[in-house]
Amino acid sequence: MTTPRFEMRGVRKAFGATTALDGVDLAVRGGEVCALVGQNGAGKSTLMAMLAGALRPDAGVMRLDGAEYAPRDPLAARRAGVAMIYQELSLAPHLSVMENIVLGVEPVRGGAAAPFALVQRERMHATAAAALAELGHRDIAPERPVGELTPAAQQLVEIARALAIGCRVLVLDEPTSSLGHADVHALFALIARLKAQGIAIVYISHFIEEVKAVSDRVVVLRDGKNAGGGMTADMPAEAIVGLMVGRTLGELYPHGVRAAGEPVLELDGLVPGAATLTLRRGEILGIAGLLGAGRTRLLRAIFGLEPVRNGRVSVGAYSGPSGPHDRWRQGMGMLSEDRAGEGLAMGLSVADNMTLTRLEPFGPAFTVWPARQDRAAARWIDRLGIRCSHPRQPIGQLSGGNQQKVAVGRLLHHDVDVLVLDEPTRGIDVASKAQIYQLIDELVSGGEKAVLLVSSYLPELLGVCDRIAVMSRGRLGPARPVEAWTEHSLLMEASGARAS
Amino acid sequence: MDRALTVDGSVGSARFLSARRLVNERGVLIGLVVVALAFGALIGPQFFAAANLELMARQTVIVCVAALGMTMIIVSGGIDLSVGSIVALSTVVTAVLLQQGAGPLAAALGAVAAGALCGAINGLLITQLGVVPFIVTLGTMLLVRGAAKGLADERRVDAPITWLNDLLRTAQDGRGWLLPAGIWMTLLLAVAVAFTLQYTRFGRHLFAIGSSERTARLCGVRINRTKLAVYTVGAALAALSGVLQFSKLSVGDPTVAQGLELDVIAAVIIGGGSLLGGRGSVVGTIAGAAIMAVIQIGCSQQGLPNWVQQIVTGAIIVFAVGLDRWRQKAA
Repeated sequence: MTTPRFEMRGVRKAFGATTALDGVDLAVRGGEVCALVGQNGAGKSTLMAMLAGALRPDAGVMRLDGAEYAPRDPLAARRAGVAMIYQELSLAPHLSVMENIVLGVEPVRGGAAAPFALVQRERMHATAAAALAELGHRDIAPERPVGELTPAAQQLVEIARALAIGCRVLVLDEPTSSLGHADVHALFALIARLKAQGIAIVYISHFIEEVKAVSDRVVVLRDGKNAGGGMTADMPAEAIVGLMVGRTLGELYPHGVRAAGEPVLELDGLVPGAATLTLRRGEILGIAGLLGAGRTRLLRAIFGLEPVRNGRVSVGAYSGPSGPHDRWRQGMGMLSEDRAGEGLAMGLSVADNMTLTRLEPFGPAFTVWPARQDRAAARWIDRLGIRCSHPRQPIGQLSGGNQQKVAVGRLLHHDVDVLVLDEPTRGIDVASKAQIYQLIDELVSGGEKAVLLVSSYLPELLGVCDRIAVMSRGRLGPARPVEAWTEHSLLMEASGARAS
Repeated sequence: MDRALTVDGSVGSARFLSARRLVNERGVLIGLVVVALAFGALIGPQFFAAANLELMARQTVIVCVAALGMTMIIVSGGIDLSVGSIVALSTVVTAVLLQQGAGPLAAALGAVAAGALCGAINGLLITQLGVVPFIVTLGTMLLVRGAAKGLADERRVDAPITWLNDLLRTAQDGRGWLLPAGIWMTLLLAVAVAFTLQYTRFGRHLFAIGSSERTARLCGVRINRTKLAVYTVGAALAALSGVLQFSKLSVGDPTVAQGLELDVIAAVIIGGGSLLGGRGSVVGTIAGAAIMAVIQIGCSQQGLPNWVQQIVTGAIIVFAVGLDRWRQKAA
């Protein structure tokens, strides 16, 4: 029995009151590819951030080749031979390939400690060329600016950077999300090559078929704990998904009596999203899918925040694409997934954020009387139970859940008929979540309103929706009644592992 | 209010907030009083004589009027470096029109229209090319200055004497109502701009765009239209300050007001405006401009050389920007 290349034992991490990791074990041997899978929020990123030195565990031990391993920061982890390739590449686009490969460890005359050390370009070139050759990619010229390369070639440069520093552990986080089909196969061949060199590889992916194709062993995390795992060859896709889900629906989701009425939103082959669907008054239609599947882009195109490339969209009696200004007037409102960056203006007050879309009732002609604005806002603050000292309080001082309720309050103030909600409960506490579900249910059960809901949290979709469609790799599938879905089948469909 | 803050568990930050509010809204007024009292102590009570106060007001109106427009632009998260050039163009256009036999009012309106046109060009370039306002207006600063020189044939343009020349003439000799007409006009404009910022949809939209352009867009604010409008109005106000400048010079001078844009921006920043957008007030801006005028007049009446005055003004600007950073961090 050999010592594993790295080992994490009983690792715990809490952020405030939330426990992200509750005693997780993970060990990978040299020359082994271990797939780390789990739903969003299962704790994969937190675990890997500790391995990479970006976070420190509250408890538990980490060993690298049998020796105690506690990196102070990401650079220390890199020096120890632990390299991460993130979903979003971290290269400097204006620097050349070789400059990127040796970034932070530039070969210099007189050693790294010498002040005003001169960079040795020949050695830099040699190091970079050697690393690229090791990957079997002499075709990438070390002198080229990285910005000119394709995403696949940029990823190779990142891997070369990891090799140049002599990495022993390589973590690949969703490495195929920006790659085409042929590049994915090339990457898999490369992973096999690195494996043969004795590197321990952790492969994080949402795509079950990739996990099946590339890994030797699977480790499943769920709610910050080890949910199980085993040799990949012994685990069918259903077994992996089963371990990822492993949970039943709670009583969190109220479901009033609903009756679908006339259509209020119709899509016909809308690109981006290849989406065809009909949303009716009095129903909630959910869109499931993995991160990066293109759900947000579809919603943004419907709402006019991104261009419609092709296909038809109509909102009520209005046909064709429109900008956000007109969508609000047509009775459609959108809640952004990016609360701090887009959903709310953090410098403005609660009242301003809530009423910005419709200032007309607050004064004659073009005027706005703040006192009237505050009165209207106070009504919704009361109704939604938002905890704030005054409608004029800057919204940045509120908790995440209360901020989100203000964002929802905006749709209520505007009194829209079609609510487009992108991850409405992301990152907020359970009590606020329950309140938002309750509110959505009440709105829709009235029979006048319709909700288009994107969520990455499957129990939520199954709990509140009437129909659900799945988006996978940029294409929206047909909407089916919620009874026809299970968490399991949604995840299978979203991962592209259709087992029918 | 205290109870709710305690529920949020943020009493400490609430106290900190009130310190910040003090700096934000009243700080500049306190600063103005401190600076004025300092010079009053040095120079004596005659520093606060009506004639001297009027002198300071006359000194500052040109910066003030342009700064009213700049306040709106900075609130929206933008900047306009071309205001100095627009002031110069405005003096030339006024003089040329008067020379051609236009009436004083027509000449002034023509100058304002020329300024508004420059602003509309700024706005179109910023919204249609998607280039940052700093770069666009850096370009138009030279462009407009060149146009002014070309129109004036690189000379001062003489113009017949009209009532335009009396706009900033002192009211101490008994004419006018207490203050020169130009100052009354500035005060009226200040009220109008303050009202626009606080009590109109346009004003609320400016704050929204400056605070978060993406949020404003999501909320259906028509960003391009609003920006075009604010740069146009801002430049029209700059042109109006050019008319006041003409009144002082009684000629059209294409080389006047070099670097005025920096005084104007300084007034807004000292007055609590943030270059990151979303913040700024008319009261603050006027107090900021007044602080600079008090320093200027105080130094010269105290017999301090020009370089001392520049050092003091510079220090105040750096101090104000430092405060701005501190506020950003606190927020």
